[in-house]
Amino acid sequence: MATTEMTRPDSTAEDFRAEAAAWLADNFPQSLVGKENLLAAVEGDSKPDPEAAAWKKAMGEKGWGTPTWPKAYGGGGLDAKQARILQEEMARINAWNPIGGMGVMMLGPTLLEFASEEQKQRYIPPICRGEIRWCQGYSEPGAGSDLASLQTKCEDKGDHWLINGQKTWTSGGQWADWCFALVRTDTTRKHEGISFILLDMKSPGVEVKPIRMISGASPFCETFFTDVKVPKDQIVGEIGNGWTIGKRLLQHERTNLSGGGRMGRGAGPTLADIAKKYVGVDEQGRIADADLRGRIIKHDMEARAFQATARRVTAEAKSGEVSLASSILKNVGARITQERAELTLEIMGMQGLGWEGEGFHPLELGSTRGWLWGKAVSIYGGTTEIQNNVIAKRILGMLDHQ
Amino acid sequence: MAVLNEEQTMLRDMARDWARKESPVKAYRKVRDTGAAIGFDPQAFAKMAEMGWTGVIIPEAYGGSDFGYLSLGLVLEECARTLTASPLNASSLAATSALLLGGSDEQKSAWLPGIASGETIAALAVDEGPRHAPDLIKARAEASGDGWTLSAEKCFVAEGDAANLLVVAAQYEGGVGLFLVPAEASGVTVSTRKLIDFRSHAAITLDQVSLPAHARLEAGGDDLLDQVLDRARAGVAAEMLGLAVQAFEDTLAYLKTRSQFGEILSRFQALQHRMANLFTEIELMRSVVEGALEAIDAERDDVPVRVALAKARACQTLHLVSRELIQLHGGIGMTDEHDAGFYLKRARILEAQYGNGAFHRERFARLNDY
Repeated sequence: MATTEMTRPDSTAEDFRAEAAAWLADNFPQSLVGKENLLAAVEGDSKPDPEAAAWKKAMGEKGWGTPTWPKAYGGGGLDAKQARILQEEMARINAWNPIGGMGVMMLGPTLLEFASEEQKQRYIPPICRGEIRWCQGYSEPGAGSDLASLQTKCEDKGDHWLINGQKTWTSGGQWADWCFALVRTDTTRKHEGISFILLDMKSPGVEVKPIRMISGASPFCETFFTDVKVPKDQIVGEIGNGWTIGKRLLQHERTNLSGGGRMGRGAGPTLADIAKKYVGVDEQGRIADADLRGRIIKHDMEARAFQATARRVTAEAKSGEVSLASSILKNVGARITQERAELTLEIMGMQGLGWEGEGFHPLELGSTRGWLWGKAVSIYGGTTEIQNNVIAKRILGMLDHQ
Repeated sequence: MAVLNEEQTMLRDMARDWARKESPVKAYRKVRDTGAAIGFDPQAFAKMAEMGWTGVIIPEAYGGSDFGYLSLGLVLEECARTLTASPLNASSLAATSALLLGGSDEQKSAWLPGIASGETIAALAVDEGPRHAPDLIKARAEASGDGWTLSAEKCFVAEGDAANLLVVAAQYEGGVGLFLVPAEASGVTVSTRKLIDFRSHAAITLDQVSLPAHARLEAGGDDLLDQVLDRARAGVAAEMLGLAVQAFEDTLAYLKTRSQFGEILSRFQALQHRMANLFTEIELMRSVVEGALEAIDAERDDVPVRVALAKARACQTLHLVSRELIQLHGGIGMTDEHDAGFYLKRARILEAQYGNGAFHRERFARLNDY
């Protein structure tokens, strides 16, 4: 019996692998390899390739774009092992997941945890099919690091809610169909006065203005709400419980932001490669600029230490331990991303400072814009300063002096 | 702050006043938005010339005031604080230095009065690659008949788009020389390059340009190019000082107004210490930048070491200040609507110009036999 029990899961797994491979072979045409439009989930695809549209439809109906979500709400209903097998089979034929965006990354998991049965039935299946683009209404001009000081007012008008206020950094706001937002239902209590609401971006009184960034055009917007009426059944969870729900959702965001261990590995040339190309080498083949060489070495070592830490955190999490080291990942990841961008700029000299037009390779222009955009990494999703506060107060127990 | 004489104090105050009132960052934003290749407002530059700033290091005999490099540095610093776009540094300091150090009376008479009046814009064309490397000049001037034939591929020439006069570094039988080339000479092609600061950094090709015998700057000795570059570097460092000071002041003002967690940000000790650190670094930067300019005025023999020190420290400090400027402003500093990004972008250009920090640390080491 013991033997059967040992082999049965494996044979089930192999059955599933065969099933997944067959289904993928039937539904993912090889002509779509490399044609993933990463922004489609945010921006929408104005001229969708019919093959890509068919692939999205098939994955959406199968629920495999959100493989571990319950079948009852349009998910794949797979367990973790099956989901990993599906991922392996997709990777084997270079298939990509056409279902994504904030609905998948942030809202869906939150709804599964906090929403009512009716809300799950209504909002989750369109996320699984990739039909609705969601945006996040959290930050306000006066509420950044101190998010809980948000002022967007949500008043109970008997048969509806009335929303007035302004959100900022609404990523993809100009393309979004719906918005999940934190709003103030009670002005007398800070955290307990916040509720988590879902609203249709086509509602009268919603106005969206794109924000131009130091790196140029961006997906960010300012979103203004003027007397926006929202049906009563669109608050998720209890009224006044929005802070808890909103923070839980941010955990999903931070998991996606730290970049985990993938930074500085694999893709693209190394800093040393770029330096040898732009700066040249001495007689011994070393980067000709000794001062720069020393700093590249230091940076690469820090990146290796970061990767090792990310791996350790993953391993510790799997073994059920709560890893204290996970608290440093966002800050170290941000520092490495930004330092790499600064070093790349320095290596390329004036050639790394182009904005547009003649005389610059697209990779050079890309690295310049990436450097500028990368300045946001230590600001969004919890600034470096806020993350350090978390480390000092929650982990080290260092309390304010008063 | 260096101890200034009365004229210098007046000049600095005048520059500060003009930059704030007549050339605020808004004026730079307007230049940026028009996207003009020359990268500055000719009317603003005409005003600067009218006030005599284009002739600060030019002797009175050639239409200037002969106030010296520290004086010009003060003007550059004040103008840089509001990101005033103008060819003052490239023309009236860098290229002018070449004429002052290497020019004959005839050459000076021919060009300096025009530079002093602002009618002539001169640009120094040295580098041929994206990184400052005056040891790797390939441009060549061949003696032909009673003149020269000059061929060169110069890049990132500051103010190259507006220049009427180019001062071109090129190899000739006696080493590296500097040659005066009118921009309208046949064989000169100027190509605009759009960099992150939207100022002029032109690529300039000289294809078999015929020049008269007196085109070369013959005075100044074998190390003329080094002497000119050291002056250009000190000028850039003065501009960097202005950027650093203003970026610091803007950040401090923001921390004193922005409130989070019911507290003005400037009350958080972690931020107080960050600002105290920036203040410290900028004070160190000021000492070495002014020290370099004073050394040039006093014709001291340690100008190269002082300039290497000044530019290296200027790069290090402005790099730090410009990063903190963005980080401490948070999201608002990431938007194009805010001015912070302009300072960050201009900072990196000036860091790279005429040698970055690593270049000048290496130069400092060599000059001191490390």
